[in-house]
This record gives sequence, structure tokens and C-alpha cells, in this order.
Amino acid sequence: MNHIKLFEQVGSFAENKDIAREIRLRKIIPALEKGEEIILDFENINSATQSFIHALISDLMRKYGNEVLDKISFKSCNETIQKVINIVSNYMQERE
Amino acid sequence: MKIHLPNSAFLGNIDPFLRGFDESHPKKLEITANKKWISVHPVVLSMVAALGLKIDSSNIDCEKLEAGSKHYLSRMGLFDFLNINTGISITEHESAGRFIPLKQIKKAEELTKFVTDMIPMLHLNPKQAESISHIVTELVRNVLEHSISENGAILCAQYYKKSNSIRLGIVDTGIGIKKAINISYPTRTDLESIQLALMPGITGTTKKEGGTEFNAGAGLFLIKSIANVNRDFFMIYSGNGMYKLLKRKSASKIKLHPDPFKDKHSKDGELPYWQGTAVGIDISLDQTREFSSLLDYIWETYKQAIKERKKAKYKHVKFI
Repeated sequence: MNHIKLFEQVGSFAENKDIAREIRLRKIIPALEKGEEIILDFENINSATQSFIHALISDLMRKYGNEVLDKISFKSCNETIQKVINIVSNYMQERE
Repeated sequence: MKIHLPNSAFLGNIDPFLRGFDESHPKKLEITANKKWISVHPVVLSMVAALGLKIDSSNIDCEKLEAGSKHYLSRMGLFDFLNINTGISITEHESAGRFIPLKQIKKAEELTKFVTDMIPMLHLNPKQAESISHIVTELVRNVLEHSISENGAILCAQYYKKSNSIRLGIVDTGIGIKKAINISYPTRTDLESIQLALMPGITGTTKKEGGTEFNAGAGLFLIKSIANVNRDFFMIYSGNGMYKLLKRKSASKIKLHPDPFKDKHSKDGELPYWQGTAVGIDISLDQTREFSSLLDYIWETYKQAIKERKKAKYKHVKFI
């Protein structure tokens, strides 16, 4: 299990897409390639933009299919962050 | 170019100000102003400042301002942006709780710092801050990613006590919405391009549903939706086109439309040409719904838009 704490890198308002992309490329994808499961920990993060979440997970769903969501757990998300994650994961599953 | 700072130009009555902009002779800028009083939306100041950054200060002719509000323009940093000496001397008070002076943002890191600093400067509580932070972030990221503007985003904000609202203007002098959207979608006019850019799931970077790894085409739709639900003004001006979301009546039922032309709005496709994009938004703090409840409305509309687009691509059965 790979535990990725996001607050240290993104602060309390997760908005920087460049950092989201870095986390995806340098931490999430290598872990998935090794067959590991991942915890994305949002502890101490008050809010996250749709753009940030999109940059973090959309390409994973494109690359590995919707099943990649079985390998990722989202921890300590407040109501807003849960909704943003749901929106992104839902529209990615609605795509052609 | 000529631009006139009028007596009053807020989002509700900004049209004459936009129509009065003269974009000819782009190497020179002449600024005139109302003699008595100048009371303008932050987007107006951001537009003038953005023009000033494009032009050498020796080619800027700013008439001697007589209006009492010239000190306000100075405090907002307008003359620093224009790099002109007006001889106005002011005692600078702490800006906290009232306004954010003109600011230029060219990098993502500067945006992160700006958003962090902005909340205490405007004395916002966390619930009020959430929508505003999202709006600023999405708009500035749009500029940084799509405008190809060497001057980045120019923005400023002002708190208005009487209406208990924050008014915000974010402007760039980049390629404009039409060129950005035409990378993936052909359009004939600036207004048509603005219409597409405001639709959920439409991004200039790809035609694919779900967007690219970096863009989903949700940012502008999200901002327009926040303004709609909260009954706020929202204005976007690019090229010859301007779209303005008008205030809903307080008693009317909230209905978000994927097509911005189905919302209560006004538009103009024959304005003087603005090279780039200017966005103005009013955010009433009394009305601001919690961001989390806004997201429910927004997702329902987004889903509906995707379904309709998919349906439009269905092969039609041929009955003979």
C-alpha cells in the first residue's frame, strides 16, 4: 500500500495542476506499475479545484481504465473534495 | 488606442465603456477620464493596466486627471502599471478588508501565492473564500494555459460594503478565446467562440469527451454556474464579442443551462476588438451558497450536457 500525503506538496487549497501532474507521474503511476494499491490522503486540505483533481486522476482512468479506481482510495476528504472527486471520476466514466 | 474612464462602469452598465474603446493605432494609448468622479469595476482597471503593459510609457498619453477619485486609481496601482508619473501623492493605508490592487500573474507559483494572500486581504470567512478561490484559480489558469500572453493575467478586486460584494476583474492581452477554441472547434465569430467556451466539457485542447490529461473544459462553465446560482453578474469579452450573465430574480428557481445563451443574458458581437480576454465577476457575499451545494447543481447540468452531446452523435436509424 502506497500512502501519498498531499498536503505537504499542495497546501490547504489544492489548485496547482502542475504539482498534481508531478504527483501522478512520479508517485501514482510508478506505484500502479508495480501493482501496488494507493491511498491519496487529503488530510488538512480544505478544498481542491476540479482542475487539480482532473490533472491528478483523469489520465489514470484513460490509461488504466475505470478499474484503476479499485486500486486508489481517497482518504480524509471533506464533503467538497468528495464531490469534486466524484464529478471528475463520473465525467471520465461518461466519456466515449 | 483610446480608452475613456467614465463616471460609472460596472458590469450592469459596462456596455457604453466597451463600445467607447478605440482599438486603432495599437502602438499608442490615450487615456481620458470623467472630470468629476470615476467609479469603475475592477475589470475596467485591469483592462487599462493590461493595455499599458503592451505599450512603451513614452507612447501613453494620460490626460491630467481632475476627478477626486484619481487617488483611488493611484492606490489601485494603475499608474504604476502604466509607468507614468501623475504627480499624485497619497498616504497609503493598509489594503486589508477593502481591495486587492492591480497584480500581474505570469506563473503558476505566483497564482498559488496570490490565492493564499487574497483571502486574509479581503477578510473572507472560509465558506465565502471557497467559491472566490476557485473562480480566481480557474480564470488565471485559463490565461496561463491558453492565452499565450507574454504579460500573463492582470487582475484586481474590490470589496463593496453597501452591496456586501466582491468585484473582480481578470484580463489578458493574449490570443483571445476564438483562436484558443479554434484549435479543436471551428467557429465563425468571437461570440460563437465565447458560447462554446462556456459550455461544459468543451476545451480548445481536444474534441474528445473528458478532455486531455490537463484540461476538461469545465472551468468557465463552473464560474458561470457559480455566478448564476448566487445571482451575480458575470461578463466575458474577447475579440468583438461580449457575453454578460444577468442577475436572476431572487424568487426564480435555479436552472443551470449547458448553453449560456439559454441563461438570462445580454450579448454583443460587434464591439471594438479586444485582443485577448477580459472577465469581470461580482460575488455577493450575502447570497453565496456553500460551494459544496453549488457542485450538486453543476454536476447535474454537466451530466445532462454530456448526454445531449453523445445523443447528437448517434447514428439515426433509417426507416423507409
